[in-house]
Amino acid sequence: MGQALNQGVMQAKLWYAQRISAMVLGICVAAHLAMIFYAIRGGLTAQEILGRTQGNVLFAFFYEVFVLACFIHAPIGINNILQETFPRSGIAKPTACVLGLLILVLGSTAVVGVYSGGTL
Amino acid sequence: MSARPRLDSRAKSHLSYFAYASHRFSGLLLACFLPLHFLMLSQSLRGAQGFEQSLALTDLWVFKFGEWALVILLAVHLAGGLRLLILEFGPWNGLRKGWIQLSTLFGIACGLLFLYLAN
Repeated sequence: MGQALNQGVMQAKLWYAQRISAMVLGICVAAHLAMIFYAIRGGLTAQEILGRTQGNVLFAFFYEVFVLACFIHAPIGINNILQETFPRSGIAKPTACVLGLLILVLGSTAVVGVYSGGTL
Repeated sequence: MSARPRLDSRAKSHLSYFAYASHRFSGLLLACFLPLHFLMLSQSLRGAQGFEQSLALTDLWVFKFGEWALVILLAVHLAGGLRLLILEFGPWNGLRKGWIQLSTLFGIACGLLFLYLAN
């Protein structure tokens, strides 16, 4: 009974975490889409991307918030899908943890990369 | 969390099932793409030249098609997610079928705009 209650509370917390991160992502994705449409005109070059992002604290802050919101949102979604599709396999949690770790580490590295432009 | 309930073909032909399925499908693919996207962007740590070498990969038609598909998936997931948030936290209720159609149209519009701008 106690374990079931704990599981229920955990599920409610994860549900809220996914919704709150979705609210942040709603703003970030809308801005990102607009930026994609602006940036792809005439093709993408490294110089063009770094020209926008290098040394730009606002861009770095925006993208780190974006990465953190993805870090919360995507693993919870993957966990739900795997748990519902393969309920007895036990792969949901480990896969979600690996995905979360990859998003956090690679995402933050990417933010540092486009902010510094390789001058670190 | 238990397995999904079994749905018959009548339930699956409902528009809200389409909304559910497209949100899941787009979310799953976007989640798989994210680490690769970040891996590509982190190549900027190698400087503009190193970054340019990695970006050259995206000139392949497979990547171009992938980029286009991902923009559509991102737009569909955004619109579907906003519908869900509004249903769960907003004053509206019901299935809001019109919003499902609107989010599909938004995905198509973003795909076409991408094709137009990317030339």
